Amino acid sequence: MQTLVSRPWIWSWIAAAVAFAFTIALTEGRGAGELAYAALSFGAFAAIVGLGQMLVITLGPGNVDLSIPATMTLSGTLALKAMSSDPGTAFLGLGIAVLVGLGTGLANFALIFLLRLPPIIATLAASLLYQSLAIWSNRGLRIKPPEGLADFATGRSLGIPNVALVGLVLSVVVWVLLERSVWGRWLLASGQNLRAARLAGVPVERVRATTYVAVTVFAAIAGYLLSSFSGGAALNMGAEYLLMSIAVVVIGGTSIAGGMSNVPGVWGASLFMFLVVSMLNSYGAGAGVRMVLTGLIIIGIVIAASTRRAQR
Amino acid sequence: MTFIARHRILLPVVSLAVLLAATFYMQPRAMSYFGVNLLFNLAVPIALATIAQMCIIMVNDIDLSLGAFVSLVACITATYLNDTPALGLLILLALILCYALLGALIHALDLPAIVVTLGMSFVWGGLALFILPSPGGASPGWIRSIMTVKPPLVPMAVVASVLIAGVTHLLVMRSGIGTVLRGVGGNARSVQRAGWPVIRLKALAYGLAGLFGVLAGMALVGLTTSADANIALRYTLLSIAGVILGGGEFIGGRVSPTGAVIGALTLTLAASFLSFMRLSPDWQIGAQGAILILVLTARLLFTRRDGAA
Repeated sequence: MQTLVSRPWIWSWIAAAVAFAFTIALTEGRGAGELAYAALSFGAFAAIVGLGQMLVITLGPGNVDLSIPATMTLSGTLALKAMSSDPGTAFLGLGIAVLVGLGTGLANFALIFLLRLPPIIATLAASLLYQSLAIWSNRGLRIKPPEGLADFATGRSLGIPNVALVGLVLSVVVWVLLERSVWGRWLLASGQNLRAARLAGVPVERVRATTYVAVTVFAAIAGYLLSSFSGGAALNMGAEYLLMSIAVVVIGGTSIAGGMSNVPGVWGASLFMFLVVSMLNSYGAGAGVRMVLTGLIIIGIVIAASTRRAQR
Repeated sequence: MTFIARHRILLPVVSLAVLLAATFYMQPRAMSYFGVNLLFNLAVPIALATIAQMCIIMVNDIDLSLGAFVSLVACITATYLNDTPALGLLILLALILCYALLGALIHALDLPAIVVTLGMSFVWGGLALFILPSPGGASPGWIRSIMTVKPPLVPMAVVASVLIAGVTHLLVMRSGIGTVLRGVGGNARSVQRAGWPVIRLKALAYGLAGLFGVLAGMALVGLTTSADANIALRYTLLSIAGVILGGGEFIGGRVSPTGAVIGALTLTLAASFLSFMRLSPDWQIGAQGAILILVLTARLLFTRRDGAA
């Protein structure tokens, strides 16, 4: 029990469970399955982009990717355009999305490495270009995803939403990479002390490059799934994931100071972010009250997490 | 140190001058009292917001809630401050106090500012939505007349920018307390050892940010004459970009108020310049990003020299 409580990810799961319980209490248990299903579906997108953001934040202070929304929009748009609703093109679309992710990630890192821009500014400036590219290629058209792909994105297997399964697979991959691979150790070492890691022979720039590519590939996959899930790409579809991706990482117990990441926490926080909104919704809170409470809860969790650290 | 490295302010000045020259070349008729006023009209609130962001970056933090905060102030200005000035003023003062308390809280509990301000952006946004669910309100007459005053020879926007830059330069670069505040960004521990109460200094820095954020919201309503809850959301990123364009750094307390104001002017001008270019609307946003990257590339000159020195 002691070890369980000291896990940084447990708090986001407790918060998610509390939000879930409060919502269900109102309906006296009815709709619990539907709520869990919805939380898994919508939480999956936040979790996928959150995983990528987590890797970047692990690199240490000042590392954050602000190009996630633009990359999502661009990959969704280009993938749907390439598929043009033709059946059997789902993997072509996925390929395009991954290529978009690779492209934006490499471009971001080129700005960071070659021009020595702070990552916040580099990804911000680059995201404006990606956004324009998406606007230009989209031209207001709304292309439907191929039917099979749309069915997959909105469907379920074994009672679990397919998008959540995709997110779960990606999470396991990230977890194994972080905990069991040399690359993961390098990443954590670079995040804890970049200079020490470099002196110890860690190829720091290569680690940073792969991390900045990984985050955009994850964002691109999320964009591809989200546009298939919601029946088309919209230019503002990534907007809410800018703050969301950072919020789920931090609520999930990943240290903003870098060098420590936490995969299960990202999931707990993603579910929580959806559940807290539906809880406030079902208690009849208006949009304004809902936002204020969400913000206060985020700050509350961060304070709770920090005092817990201090006590230890 | 070379001449360039010592005068970091040259970079934002030169970028602004080049962009201004290009704009006048594209559209010679902009070279007039009226034209310049039009070009820089919206710069005043952006400059104030950039100064607010600079106050936070000065102490090594970053404020992701600034856009939402300026929007909230705009909503309050267009409603309470217009209808019941005393109450409105009281709310705005309370907001500045909130910012100061936030700074103290972040320091006392050693919280990551990026996350706390992220949470606050929801709070400010929610409050704004609560006050003004749909766009509306009206600008108080006195703010409107301040923002639209027509001084002789030089347009209001330019006068205001020079004034903002001058006052904040005196405050941050010349005054004793400003030097200590920059010291908090440079090395908080040595400031503490030197006997300064860092928690109060952080509260002061955040309070100043709140003050300039409030001024930005009021100036914005003076220009637009009405408000809505999302009016200034883009200011968060604009203000960060403005600080960096102005030669500031994210860490180490290296900021420049004059540079920040010029950075804000450059960003505003970039938007006007692009509309003169008759660029397809699709590429307007992207071209802003390209200009941002281009100007920041010039920083290489400075960092390289710094490294060599």
